Amino acid sequence: MSRRPARPSVPVTIDGEEHLAYEGETILDLARRVGVRIPTLCQLDGLSVYGGCRLCVVQTEGDHRLKPACATEVTGDLEVTTSTHEIREHRRRIVELLFAEGNHICAFCVSTGHCELQDLATEHNVDHIHYDYEYPRNTVDASHPKYLLDRDRCVLCTRCVRVCDEFEGAHVWDIANRGSESRIVAGLDIPWGESESCTWCGKCVLVCPTGALSFKGRSTGEMVHDPEVISFLSRARREGEWVGRKEQV
Amino acid sequence: MARNIIDLDDIASVELEARSRYTHRALVCSSTGCLSAGAATVRSTLEAELEQADRGQDVQVVPTGCPGLCSRGPLVRVESRGPTTTHYEQVDEDAARAIVRDHLIGGQPATEARITPEDLPFYVKQHRVVLAYAGTIDPERLEDYVAAGGYRALSKALSTLSPENVIEEIAAAGLRGRGGAGYPAARKWKLLHDAPGDEKYVVANGDEGDPGAFMDRTIMDSDPHRVLEGLALAAYATGASLGYLYVRAEYPLAIERLERAIRAAKRAKLLGRNVLGSKFSFDVEVRVGAGAFVCGEETALMASIEGRRGNPELRPPYPTERGLWGQPTMINNVETLANVPAIIDQGAAAFAAVGTEASPGTKVFALAGSLTNTGLIEVPMGIPLRDIVFEMGGGIPKGLAFKAAQTGGPSGGCIPERFLDTPVDYEHLRELGSMMGSGGLVVMDETVRMPEVARFYMEFCRDESCGKCAPCRVGTVKMHAFLDRICRGVGRQRDLQHLESLCRTVRETSLCGLGQSAPNPVFSTLEHFRDEYVELLVEDEVFQGPEALAAASPGGAR
Ligand SMILES: Cc1cc2nc3c(=O)[nH]c(=O)nc-3n(C[C@H](O)[C@H](O)[C@H](O)COP(=O)(O)O)c2cc1C
Ligand code: FES
Repeated sequence: MSRRPARPSVPVTIDGEEHLAYEGETILDLARRVGVRIPTLCQLDGLSVYGGCRLCVVQTEGDHRLKPACATEVTGDLEVTTSTHEIREHRRRIVELLFAEGNHICAFCVSTGHCELQDLATEHNVDHIHYDYEYPRNTVDASHPKYLLDRDRCVLCTRCVRVCDEFEGAHVWDIANRGSESRIVAGLDIPWGESESCTWCGKCVLVCPTGALSFKGRSTGEMVHDPEVISFLSRARREGEWVGRKEQV
Repeated sequence: MARNIIDLDDIASVELEARSRYTHRALVCSSTGCLSAGAATVRSTLEAELEQADRGQDVQVVPTGCPGLCSRGPLVRVESRGPTTTHYEQVDEDAARAIVRDHLIGGQPATEARITPEDLPFYVKQHRVVLAYAGTIDPERLEDYVAAGGYRALSKALSTLSPENVIEEIAAAGLRGRGGAGYPAARKWKLLHDAPGDEKYVVANGDEGDPGAFMDRTIMDSDPHRVLEGLALAAYATGASLGYLYVRAEYPLAIERLERAIRAAKRAKLLGRNVLGSKFSFDVEVRVGAGAFVCGEETALMASIEGRRGNPELRPPYPTERGLWGQPTMINNVETLANVPAIIDQGAAAFAAVGTEASPGTKVFALAGSLTNTGLIEVPMGIPLRDIVFEMGGGIPKGLAFKAAQTGGPSGGCIPERFLDTPVDYEHLRELGSMMGSGGLVVMDETVRMPEVARFYMEFCRDESCGKCAPCRVGTVKMHAFLDRICRGVGRQRDLQHLESLCRTVRETSLCGLGQSAPNPVFSTLEHFRDEYVELLVEDEVFQGPEALAAASPGGAR
């Protein structure tokens, strides 16, 4: 991410209202800055853009396909529509698909009440789903002394993969297999506790949007994540807040 | 610079001189299809019989690429002095012996063997540009390609054309990408040409993941030098210094022949440093993919070349801005590149004289399914589908009726009987809810049930989804589940509704072309064959609202 110019200069219309955006800003950045809500899941400030959950899709004037707001940079005179009936329906269906894919039993989840998937379901009025549940046979990795991975609750957003690679430099996590067989694995699919590259930093746990990664010893509803830490670290790193000089990026 | 041309001419004249010493040449198809039908035995039988008769010096037995009529393989074609050529089909060992005895030694066509009629529409209606030498030259010999006129285009470009001239020529020819979308090749070349930096890459996309398609495989294993020459011309025009040939591991013969071709071309100074004595230097490497459909998508393909997981990436930035290792890169389909030498050698006008205004040139199709003749054909763009199916393909066997033609594989759709006169080109196929795709053409007869066709392609997409984006990863599973329910006769009206709405969501929100086009077979079969879906549905159970339930319960309303 390059440093931001002094003042916004790119005229962009969001839902009929004109705004000035910074050059290189994404539609999502701008929308957040001006207080327009666009749902997101895989995106996290400070991590690289992934564009996998597709919940942030918006309509941009003149394009025949929807665009992910988290990954689309503004251009002059862009006209963005963030929410139409059609778009809301697409988002609701994607949330439903995510529920259908895993084994999300909120009532027993360490993160219930602090879960981004749950919040998205609330936002999109998902009180039941129109698809059959897959009920996959997932595994739990409890081999780490401090943390727990419950793949039943994973939405494959890869925040853990990215934070471990981009912040901690350890790259413990990655995705094995493909398509609906995809799953998060430590190392080359070894028990997390046996990973020699894991530094026990816990950033993956902090950024997880659901109850898939948690601190051991938490009971139902007790696991509160703190993804903002990463945004804070990223900003501090970019601005050189600890070293006293502005790092040139 | 004139020396270049002389070098090539030397090679060609030595080769032609050597050929003129033979009274006959027996060309044995040694492409993947005929090899699996026993072409290797046929070839060794021919050679052994000639050896035994001590006529080895009069007759040359040449392993060649694919003439196209794969369903009647192994194919042997005998060229005699003068223009006479005889095509033999379904040649076995006995037939091979007969061919040696009667034809190669006796000088008369072997009546015991099966001879393909000369006026067979399968051959006559073709117009071969990309496949011009497929079936007539030995793909493992550079000399054969050069003798047929190969590398003349590269030599001409290096000595008389600037890179800009080459791009202009391609633009004038109107060449469009044969990998599916039909993007104008010259526009992409220009983007790479104009991109800043010295480190640029060109990539030939030979992943070919569509089920049933084998156009690109055949081009690569039947005429590998043509692909190399096209790639070299692309590199010269755009300023790239390294090229990659990305081929799936399931194509061992193509890989072997491409690698052999690269070695031969390097030895002949047609690749490497200072190509043909010019200032242009260019190297080529083969990269073998692990055979994932999604790796044909250009961003996933680049990830795979870099040794990463073959997941598609967000575009923009497009590869011509940020491609391999962050450098400007251009990806073209193998067939697109194989057209290039012909355009440069014979000129844009000659190329554009064939085909239609918007889609000039030819297209190679892999004909498959319920047809009398299946195999590989190259036809002018704009040819009516009917001609392909009923003339070249020889119609539907067993007296069955035609039902639909599927083009574009898992990204395409089915074209029903009433559109059989549609000209086959990019725009018309898209209008019908299908697409050109890379060139698979599967013909279906009346016994085929269209919902099952949709289910087949959806199963393919489900299994090939990389899993990066949620709508494709889970959506394909669910679309397949709905289709399966309908096909098994237990689907209800609401399953069909959910299927359609989910198809729209997956099309609109998926990250890459795989998900975006995965619903196409469903949309197109629904558009043209909705009845077949509806027939399979069972009655919806009637929803019992709370009042109805209460009224029906013994205690009445509470
Ligand atoms: C899922 C998917 C699979 C693809 N597979 C192939 C392929 O096997 N071969 C190919 O040439 N292009 C394939 N493409 C298209 C490429 O992304 C790219 O557009 C093409 O290689 C560009 O070449 P062209 O301009 O010469 O057509 C595929 C695209 C998608 C979305
Ligand atoms: S937040 Fe944009 S794709 Fe996930």
